[in-house]
Amino acid sequence: MVELTLPKNSRINAGKTWPKPDGATNLREYKIYRWSPDDDENPRVDTYYVDMDDCGPMVLDALLWIKNKVDPTLTLRRSCREGICGSCAMNIDGTNTLACTKGADDISGAVKVYPLPHMPVVKDLVPDLTVPYAQLSSIQPWLQTVSPEPAKEWRQSHEDRAKLDGLYECILCFCCQTSCPSYWWNGERYLGPAVLLQAYRWLIDSRDEATGERLDNLEDPFRLYRCHTIMNCTQACPKGLNPAKAIAEIKKMMVERRV
Amino acid sequence: MSKSAATRARPLSPHLQVYRLIPTMLMSIVHRITGGALYFGTLLVAAWLIAAATSESWFAAVSAVYGSWFGRLVLFGYTWALIHHMLGGIRHLIWDTGVGLEKHTATRFAQASIVASVALTILLWVVFYLARGA
Repeated sequence: MVELTLPKNSRINAGKTWPKPDGATNLREYKIYRWSPDDDENPRVDTYYVDMDDCGPMVLDALLWIKNKVDPTLTLRRSCREGICGSCAMNIDGTNTLACTKGADDISGAVKVYPLPHMPVVKDLVPDLTVPYAQLSSIQPWLQTVSPEPAKEWRQSHEDRAKLDGLYECILCFCCQTSCPSYWWNGERYLGPAVLLQAYRWLIDSRDEATGERLDNLEDPFRLYRCHTIMNCTQACPKGLNPAKAIAEIKKMMVERRV
Repeated sequence: MSKSAATRARPLSPHLQVYRLIPTMLMSIVHRITGGALYFGTLLVAAWLIAAATSESWFAAVSAVYGSWFGRLVLFGYTWALIHHMLGGIRHLIWDTGVGLEKHTATRFAQASIVASVALTILLWVVFYLARGA
């Protein structure tokens, strides 16, 4: 359901401003969403000052600088720090992206950092992604065949392999998934852009033999057709992929199999 | 006493409150709003037709309301909503073929639809006024 405002326990209060680092001349202001399950407080936004002469260029560098030097309680997910694991997906400067590949220089003014939108918060910048993961498993993202298994690998022409370009690169960071207003309002029933891009990745794989069943599973007013081409997904994807186009292709496949 | 982590309800992270409004998103919202406004506009057209079918005095009364400056302002808004929604519909029709969904193309589509809808509305009203001879 469309709910424009936040529930009472989710309204954001003014937070505290942490002291500026001593002797620093090149400061950058960070405004970061905080919430802890260990007290009874509402979420708040804390202000930090990062010494850019002592810190790397990416937003993730600054978050870790804060965690190491100012406030060790600041909680976030991160792993590879080079845009391939998808752990540090968050809302930075009003757009979902990866903290590790987002340069602070691309942002003017204070850097605002929130968790991925419209998700339950576990702590600070860590969202609970249980629902999108369950949705991903519902589309059975693995090769399904009925033919007898070949002696070696399942073979594919170069042309058929090329159809997976722009799809297989998805790192499942869920930047697109949680940027989508349709997913915000119908996240329990609409599969969302990330999961639908994965669904399409298996639909057009020449080796997969469950295309009909996969389409049957998606043919639903909510699972697929809650996409209204708002395009936030494609605009947000930190890997430059196009979930909106993948969804449009699935809709086309639905029509084509009927004519 | 604070509740344990397991029982305390997790807050919902902010969404509309923090998401930057981008052209494609904005045009999607405007498409919805203009779609809603068209219901109201259709009532205006229906009222006008019913008045015409009822009597000359009713028709004259409704025409007077529609012809007032406020009436014209509402009709101008209705014309814009109609044209904007139509252009949005054409945009969706193109998208349904799988074309024009690239990031920058989609943004340009969104910008074009707002510019074109305003331009076409003004053009239509200028033509109306010219056709009526002032």
